[in-house]
Amino acid sequence: MQDAVLAMLAKEPSHGYDLRARLRQSLGPLGESMNPGQIYVTLARLEKAGLVICERAGGLPERPERKVYALTPAGQQRVTAWLAEVGWPKPDLAEFHLKLAAAASARLADPVELIAAQRRELLRRLREAQHAALAEPAGAGAGLLLEGVVLRLQADLRWLDACERVWSKVDDEVEGG
Amino acid sequence: MNVSGAAVRACGLVKTHGQGQSRVRAVDEVDLEVPQGQMLAVMGPSGCGKSTLLHLLGGLERPTGGEVWVAGRRIDTMSERALARLRRRSVGFIFQAFHLVEELSAAENVELPALLAGRSRRQARRRASLLLERVGLAERARHLPSQLSGGQRQRVAVARALVNDPLMVLADEPTGNLDTAATLDVLRIFEELRSAGQTFVIVTHDERVAATADRLVSMRDGMFVDDTWLAGSHARGLGGLIGLEG
Repeated sequence: MQDAVLAMLAKEPSHGYDLRARLRQSLGPLGESMNPGQIYVTLARLEKAGLVICERAGGLPERPERKVYALTPAGQQRVTAWLAEVGWPKPDLAEFHLKLAAAASARLADPVELIAAQRRELLRRLREAQHAALAEPAGAGAGLLLEGVVLRLQADLRWLDACERVWSKVDDEVEGG
Repeated sequence: MNVSGAAVRACGLVKTHGQGQSRVRAVDEVDLEVPQGQMLAVMGPSGCGKSTLLHLLGGLERPTGGEVWVAGRRIDTMSERALARLRRRSVGFIFQAFHLVEELSAAENVELPALLAGRSRRQARRRASLLLERVGLAERARHLPSQLSGGQRQRVAVARALVNDPLMVLADEPTGNLDTAATLDVLRIFEELRSAGQTFVIVTHDERVAATADRLVSMRDGMFVDDTWLAGSHARGLGGLIGLEG
């Protein structure tokens, strides 16, 4: 989030509410739950870190003090570094994998049941994301982000299928002797 | 027996294939009720019996045991003729391989079931052009199936399935032969129909297709192993789908 806000300031110095509007436009329905104050909290942190400076723009009578934020040279550098970065969020599958193993070995729960419950949860999320994706117009906006969410959930569901295949066999072997 | 509100209902449904040692229970004691307006998806690995189930629900095959009721009428004991009539009027089918008549134009393919159901040429034509417009193919009405893409062909098949205003639409892997973009076109149409109250039973192995449904049933070895309500159970909101903290 901090990096994204910084990079948006690379276009031109902006007010907090301009940045917020641009975020909302890119995120569409995914940004609706964003706390309205979040952008200001982020800007305050960036200012403290010396990455942006805040200037008070000559205001209108009804809004006397409007803060305009701009990148500092350090902020510029950080944006350049961020663009070159190839970090990527790692899927956290190990936790669920370990949950299945632990549940089976301690006989706490049936792994196949755990997989089914997880599957239901992901399918509900997929439905939600898919409905939102189908409602968005084609293009580089929120629809494209939602497509990414949908594809990831789909991949996770396929992995759960693989889990189910393996763990139902383990169950059969245990029951069979 | 009270069957009001259910588009299709099955109880104790059994279908076996083969004989003797090689006898397989493709559908094994299945109970199912699909209320009108519901979109149900059936998922499961190949050979789990999901297509057979669909055929039984639509009267394309007869069960070995159990009952099937469509629109409050028992269909597994119906005469062949009465069954064919009911299928034409109450059930719309969509298949993976489209099954369009290659010699007929898109519009003629859509008109055909309407004519078979006894509608006039004019009525059939009007209905077909309306439906082709609805699936975004008004300009392709005169094209032959061979002149259309896979996605367009399936949209013609969707229009054809709807031409007699069916009580329910049964779809067997409707996106199985389609690429992502064409799949999304079909799903968008399904979603519109669902909001308009069309009853659906969709058999699929595509999670994306299943996720458009209100309810999802999972099948293994001819039996239901899970029955999940997917619709409207989330309060978290879409923001929860991505991490935006900090």
